[in-house]
Amino acid sequence: MKPSKTWVIVVAVIVVLVGIRMSIGQGMARAYVERVDQSVEVKASDTHGASTEKWAEWHRVAPKKFEAAQMADPSQTKFVFSWANTIGLWLAAFFTLAIFSFLYRDNPGYRLAEAVIIGVSAAYWGVIGFWDSLVPKLFGALTPALVRDEVLPSLPSPTAGEVVAMCFALALGLMLLMRLAPKGGWISLWPIAFIIGVTAGLKIVSHVESDLIAQTVATLKPLVQPVLSPESPEGGWLMWPTIWASLRNILLVVGVLCCLTYFFFSVEHKGVAGRAARVGIMYLMITFGAAFGFTVMGRVALLAARIEFLFDDWLWLIDPAGKRIVEVAAAVGSILG
Amino acid sequence: MSKFITILEGLDRRWIFLAMAISVAGPILYIGITGKTLPETPTPTARAVYKEIEALSPGTPVLISFDFDPASGGELTPMATSLVHQCAARGLRMVFIALWPLGPQLIDETIKRVILADYPNLKEGVDYVNLGFQSGNESVMKVMLTDFAKAFPITKNGVAVGDVVALKGIQRVDNFPLLITISAGYPGAKEWIQYVISSSGGKIKMVTGCTGVQTPGLYPYYPVQLNGLLGAIKGAAEYESLVNSSLAPKDSSAAIPAKYLEAQRRMGPQLGAHLLMIALIILGNIAFFAQRNSKVRATS
Repeated sequence: MKPSKTWVIVVAVIVVLVGIRMSIGQGMARAYVERVDQSVEVKASDTHGASTEKWAEWHRVAPKKFEAAQMADPSQTKFVFSWANTIGLWLAAFFTLAIFSFLYRDNPGYRLAEAVIIGVSAAYWGVIGFWDSLVPKLFGALTPALVRDEVLPSLPSPTAGEVVAMCFALALGLMLLMRLAPKGGWISLWPIAFIIGVTAGLKIVSHVESDLIAQTVATLKPLVQPVLSPESPEGGWLMWPTIWASLRNILLVVGVLCCLTYFFFSVEHKGVAGRAARVGIMYLMITFGAAFGFTVMGRVALLAARIEFLFDDWLWLIDPAGKRIVEVAAAVGSILG
Repeated sequence: MSKFITILEGLDRRWIFLAMAISVAGPILYIGITGKTLPETPTPTARAVYKEIEALSPGTPVLISFDFDPASGGELTPMATSLVHQCAARGLRMVFIALWPLGPQLIDETIKRVILADYPNLKEGVDYVNLGFQSGNESVMKVMLTDFAKAFPITKNGVAVGDVVALKGIQRVDNFPLLITISAGYPGAKEWIQYVISSSGGKIKMVTGCTGVQTPGLYPYYPVQLNGLLGAIKGAAEYESLVNSSLAPKDSSAAIPAKYLEAQRRMGPQLGAHLLMIALIILGNIAFFAQRNSKVRATS
């Protein structure tokens, strides 16, 4: 069968199944919002008098709330069906299925979803960079009055040192942009050197403190770790807790020494050094296994979250949070008892 | 047997994907319909997180850093919910910050889900405050060590931090006795240990909830530099059960809200997926040894 034909069949089956689901019970995948009126008192200033600003916010609510409000008063307008949120819900479901479809084969739906993710991420980072970095930090230091009037009324006034620092940062930023110029690209090497120098300086100190010294101290454990009875400390050691605590320390110290031996290449891995290195390899393999296990657990959790979204928010097959009045889950649950 | 081995050797990987989808979707449907979850026994790292928060007296400020985005929400949102649930129940002053750009929205969602829904008596700006996102990664942490207000001059809503009651008495990050970070990568728990905990001289304690990928890298810091650790969804489920059991209403017949069972619900699909993986590993090894034996027989 041709790939294009396969995809037509797969999409047709999904459309038919979704159509059947939409015709059962309350249907599926609808979003509702609640109107919340907001207001704020604006204090008088040199440019304007005191006033009250009012606006309405639309907050997403569970379908149950809409159903209850409709039953109480069919003409109510506080809770309404939201086209925007519903379309967003269907788009989220479509993109989830489009990404999953790659597991079967590469296809235009997957490529569309991939392109949208990249585009949205790049645009979001651009907006965040402008509003969270350039506006409060750079413009806030160089043109504080403008930023305070237009964007951030509570922005504190910059000190002279901050203004100088921001001028320096602006100069470095402009120099970095010279990479894009047809000539003078070498100018960008200066800010890059500055970034590397500062980062290295910060990281070396912190790594030595937290990873080298603190971790070495944490490894210097007594090989026999007495555990005293909490009821009567003078009563001597508790046998099994002492054995387990000592064994834990011995395994830790032996593991560190053996792994270090494995990475010590100035001595040939033969004899005692060879045996220690082999034990080190075992420790490393156990570590990689644990890391792999945790990674699998993480990925399965993410998969479960997406499938939960499809079953709960989109298909309305399950309802763990009790968001709907009558749903498929309740009907099936009553049958299962 | 040989036919079975031949089938295994030529098995299309898409059948494995389908089996994984069924093993995850099946338990989700079952748990979603019946509401039953698997029992959890908290491990020492999860109990340590609970104890550190419980040891603080009401009104103590805690710094809660949301260092993740929705991509890791499946693992970390249940932890965030339970951590804020315990802090709110304990009456701690919660100061929320984010070093990831999408963190502030996740903070708002958590505040809405837990504080506004179940602790309406807590006041914004007094009992909790969202300081929003700051760019700069480690440099923000370094600035917080000397001047907290310089790192976060205004709240997410644009209020100067000097006017926020919840930040009374906070000049530096080490004025917080406890730092809670919910971490998905860089910058996250590791950077907090390297730049803040190591430099604070033991003034601040730190607990973290992190993704499965990060967990093995953080274990060496426990319990000296890191006082508690929730590793992946398993850690979240253990901690969730601990918080739920301690905060359960006196009337034991009252159901725990579904939002506080999110991690425990996700342990069902974990069980299904892990059983499938163990079965696949065993089958893969059987196929490997059978193939090797047949080759040895053929050559001899």
